[in-house]
Amino acid sequence: MNIKGIVAIYKYEMSRTFRTFGQSIASPVLSTALYFIVFGSAIGSRIGEIDGVNYSSFIVPGLIMLTVLTQSLSNASFGIFFPKFSGTIYEVLSAPISPFEITTGYVTAATTKSVIVGTIILITSTFFVDLNIKYPFEMFCLLILICLTFSLFGFIIGIWANDFQRIQLIPSFVITPLTFLGGSFYSISMLPEIWQKISYFNPIVYLISAFRWSFYGEEEIDLYISITTIFIFLFACLLTIHFIFKTGYRIKS
Amino acid sequence: MTAILVKNLNKYYDNGFKALSNINLEIKKGEIFALLGPNGAGKSTLINIICGINKKKDGEISVFGHDIEKNYKMARSKIGLVPQEIATDSFEKVIDTLKFSRGLFNKKNSTEYLEKVLKSLELFKKRNQQIRTLSGGMKRRVMIAKAMSHEPNILFLDEPTAGVDVELRQSLWKNLYDLKKNGVTIFLTTHYIEEAERLADRVGIIHQGEILMVEKKDKILEKLGDKRVIITINKTSKNLKNILNKFNYQKKKNKLIFSLDLKNNRNSVSDLFKDLIKNSISFYDVEIKKNNLEEIFLKLIDQ
Repeated sequence: MNIKGIVAIYKYEMSRTFRTFGQSIASPVLSTALYFIVFGSAIGSRIGEIDGVNYSSFIVPGLIMLTVLTQSLSNASFGIFFPKFSGTIYEVLSAPISPFEITTGYVTAATTKSVIVGTIILITSTFFVDLNIKYPFEMFCLLILICLTFSLFGFIIGIWANDFQRIQLIPSFVITPLTFLGGSFYSISMLPEIWQKISYFNPIVYLISAFRWSFYGEEEIDLYISITTIFIFLFACLLTIHFIFKTGYRIKS
Repeated sequence: MTAILVKNLNKYYDNGFKALSNINLEIKKGEIFALLGPNGAGKSTLINIICGINKKKDGEISVFGHDIEKNYKMARSKIGLVPQEIATDSFEKVIDTLKFSRGLFNKKNSTEYLEKVLKSLELFKKRNQQIRTLSGGMKRRVMIAKAMSHEPNILFLDEPTAGVDVELRQSLWKNLYDLKKNGVTIFLTTHYIEEAERLADRVGIIHQGEILMVEKKDKILEKLGDKRVIITINKTSKNLKNILNKFNYQKKKNKLIFSLDLKNNRNSVSDLFKDLIKNSISFYDVEIKKNNLEEIFLKLIDQ
């Protein structure tokens, strides 16, 4: 096992994050704080409770999800896309490091960044709302699992993308809309029946439902279904990455 | 001992282009091997396949006996690669990029060794500078330092001195000699025939994906090179005819250019001079020219 190789990639990726601190960490925290001010304090104060939870507190898990999903995707996709774009990927490909080790280095770094951002947003939210997390350990485990899964997905996007436009394509046109429509700011049960049924085809609904459960103990969708959905997606990403390295798709000509 | 063994290697691209055709090559440990070829001949493709960056279609490649696919970690751990293009993270510091390269090869950080590498490439003073602040030549040195950072047994250099000034080129050549002295096998591709002529123990010539020849540099020169003796005479002598019949020659103004076949007659130069003196042909300048690799290379790829 090339542990030092994994650590080298991990440290390189983390140093890149801290080199671009404003873009990597400060920017998502600032935009989330604005969400709290607008949706939580300004508009939220006029909305009653949802499932027995104050609206400002209700949106916290959704807001964290909104940010960490896009962060995981962009961190991981950019992490592998940039070496491809600049040509520095030659060094990783010619090093005695396995596909599993390469993926571990990039994806764990992206996951760490997203977990840091998620935790900072959680801390920031305590300045705006009273938070009482019912299952903190499970909440943290779910946060890591979701960040890991979406970092794997981002890694695939980074390999698939041929240009900067494609890097942004899925986060902007797929993930962000699905997260907004996945119950970040409302309960699925508030929707008309037909839209509720359509919402069940949105995988983000399951993530937000499980994550919100860890905060308030209430789930819209059975917890085991949600967790199974996350794991299915995780294994699908792992299989895709295995295929990519086996065939050299978009990496080796 | 064999450092690199390539057997029946073929490479096709998806569009059907045949980049390499039945390549067979053996590189000995500790030698400097230069692969010459025009643009698009397949030099970089061959290097990239051996190093694991490109895929091969079929054939076998081993590095110090380790198959590059079945035992790729062992094979790659022996190799340092300096690619043709300068590719680095511009915002990284020189020392950090070397540490990264060393880590990738599962080597424990060694400040002492990395500083030695930096000093040998005259980069030590720049170690804490971001790469983007360095000149093109310095960046190329960083690429070489990265390749050397994990103490490789084989160094691949894909046109290492392209776009590099004379001073830096000479200093890089010295670095390569020093590496060879330390037992490092060097495989380089180059456009500069002079570079191959100066550095290489053996030379391979590749054209349109096929290796046309692999020989010791001296042997290539001996096999395919001929010697020309250019004599500037004072005036046309009557006796000139006596010797002209015996040697191939061209006459240009007051110059006689003799092409001598050294392969079959090693004494042909002395025979010529004996005849010149015997026939009282006076001359005031003599120039002896050997065919260089460039001429041989052009002759071969024209065939």
